[in-house]
Amino acid sequence: MRRVVLIAVPYLWLLALFLVPFIIVLKISLSDYALSIPPYTPKLDFAAGWEGIKAFFSALDFENFTFLTTDDLYWKAYLSSVQIAAIATLCTLLVGYPIAYGMANAPDHWRPTLMMLVILPFWTSFLIRVYSWMGILSTEGYLNQLLIGMGLISEPLTILNTNTAVYIGIVYTYLPFMILPIYATLERMDASLLEAAEDLGCSRIQAFWLVTLPLSRNGIIAGCFLVFIPTIGEFVIPALLGGSDTLMIGKVLWEEFFNNRDWPVASAVAVILLLILIIPIILFQRNEQKQREAEG
Amino acid sequence: MNQSVFEPWNDPNAKPLIQFKGVTKRFGEFTAIDNQTFDIYEKEFFALLGPSGCGKTTMMRMLAGFEAPTEGQIWLDGQDIAPIPPNKRAVNMMFQSYALFPHLSVWDNIAFGLKRDGLPPDAIGDRVGEMLKLTRLEKFAKRKPHQISGGQRQRVALARSLAKAPKLLLLDEPLGALDAKLRQDTQFELMDIQETTGTTFVIVTHDQEEAMTVASRVAVMDDGRIMQADTPANIYEMPNSVYVADFIGDVTIIEGTATRNGNGYDIAFAEGQPSLHAESEIDLTDGSRAALAIRPEKVSISAEKPENTRNALQGKILDIAYLGNLSTYHVELPTGQIVKAQAANTRRLSRRSFTWEDEVWISWTDTAAVLLEA
Repeated sequence: MRRVVLIAVPYLWLLALFLVPFIIVLKISLSDYALSIPPYTPKLDFAAGWEGIKAFFSALDFENFTFLTTDDLYWKAYLSSVQIAAIATLCTLLVGYPIAYGMANAPDHWRPTLMMLVILPFWTSFLIRVYSWMGILSTEGYLNQLLIGMGLISEPLTILNTNTAVYIGIVYTYLPFMILPIYATLERMDASLLEAAEDLGCSRIQAFWLVTLPLSRNGIIAGCFLVFIPTIGEFVIPALLGGSDTLMIGKVLWEEFFNNRDWPVASAVAVILLLILIIPIILFQRNEQKQREAEG
Repeated sequence: MNQSVFEPWNDPNAKPLIQFKGVTKRFGEFTAIDNQTFDIYEKEFFALLGPSGCGKTTMMRMLAGFEAPTEGQIWLDGQDIAPIPPNKRAVNMMFQSYALFPHLSVWDNIAFGLKRDGLPPDAIGDRVGEMLKLTRLEKFAKRKPHQISGGQRQRVALARSLAKAPKLLLLDEPLGALDAKLRQDTQFELMDIQETTGTTFVIVTHDQEEAMTVASRVAVMDDGRIMQADTPANIYEMPNSVYVADFIGDVTIIEGTATRNGNGYDIAFAEGQPSLHAESEIDLTDGSRAALAIRPEKVSISAEKPENTRNALQGKILDIAYLGNLSTYHVELPTGQIVKAQAANTRRLSRRSFTWEDEVWISWTDTAAVLLEA
């Protein structure tokens, strides 16, 4: 009995906070736009009894999903999101790996401090941190002032409101998600493996490519998924740092909801986004599982 | 008998493979190796034995190239190896943790070093096959290290370090992670492989039984110094210091004052006790302090006072350690000194001649004890 209760807690949690909202969104995505409150029909009318429920279900259709295929804005937005997320993930990896490597090879007494420095930004509001990047990247911002002051450029660079700013924002925001799993695998690595590689004739660089990198593969994969998955649906960063030509599905979703007030189409966009995300999420879970099996 | 004994260290013409020349290694204030000079010869199985922290691992890591001597030189095959980095040395090491690459199969682990040498693929295949056969691992070639047992992992590590046919193989506590039974089998396997390949082995261990079993010479280390380097039999029978006598095997140490008498010395160790006699070639001035080291198996135990021996003492049995085939008796002399005596259990336990609190005589011959400077 106690076990049932213990297992029930996480399942109830998922049911209440994931499954129920998802069913609501799914239901709205199958509804039609209407000028009313809430702005869609049909509504479930329990007073009408069985007839009411039948009428409700017969009114649901896939119209909104068909609509998404007719306007190329949507699939372009999905594609562009995936592309931006992929490039940003790669950039985060290129920045994050050396940091994780440096942390793992730092003297023992330094590691907690370095770890703290990586996590520290989480303690301030995400929104404020993204806003502060606007102050850094704008034409009158600190970065341009610095570069002009150093005489490197004469005209301020336009970085804010371009895709470059979005990449900078994403790399900055998601860097800890990349660093921590890679650091965890590197830190666990037996130092004698590198000595063995050297003993068997590897140079330091060869030893890195042949031993360190393959052994941190699981950390790299985990870090990439942890950055890639939330980045696809990212809204705040493209909205604040991106320009009008930055096309991301999160922004499209927001505009459908709040500008067009077309809840059914917005919900359909959200459902498709979720379906797209399920693929990398499953791959991520399988990677974690394989890793656990290899260690167990 | 045409077979010559393998004793290059006694041959003045033999050329040593490894020479330590006044090697000192310091880590900050701490001196790990203290001005050591010694030679290791080709085809030797040389054991560095000592308690943890005695510097034996540092010695090995200097040979592998992971540490550089602070002072002095190490020569390998007539060449100073200080400027040669570990990846260019004809020295391979078997790590205590085995350090097998977890992402590579057994086959690829063994081939790892060969691939770095840029050998053609079929030469690598042949050599790996040879190594797999030598270590009886053919069936496991495709497995990953986490899919095989501890004993098999140990053999993979050995095969990998032997694959490049090094001039010198270093083994860092190679059997430490195996259980007692497997360890014994593996010791003999190691000796066989060493003989088959003719490679010079240097083994680091804290297990004296292991060192005595496998090695042609054992170097007993303490505090960054080699106290004695000799064959296992000489180390055991003729230790050159109280430290070595005490470190290797079981021993009773009796300290006293030496006076020359005939071919040896009389040792007066306590008032009211007869002085003991030991034959010895060492030079002591009369009245100087000396220590007698007596192995328990050389002490006999009897109920009556034995005839024909100068070394007979009376005492009381304090403790009996039953070891199955043997029993070790701890006999307390009236002075409080405890002497260990060992006797074979030729009779059933219930019919044992002596028991706790029995008054007994212990005795040994003039040549049984080793006289050492105290």
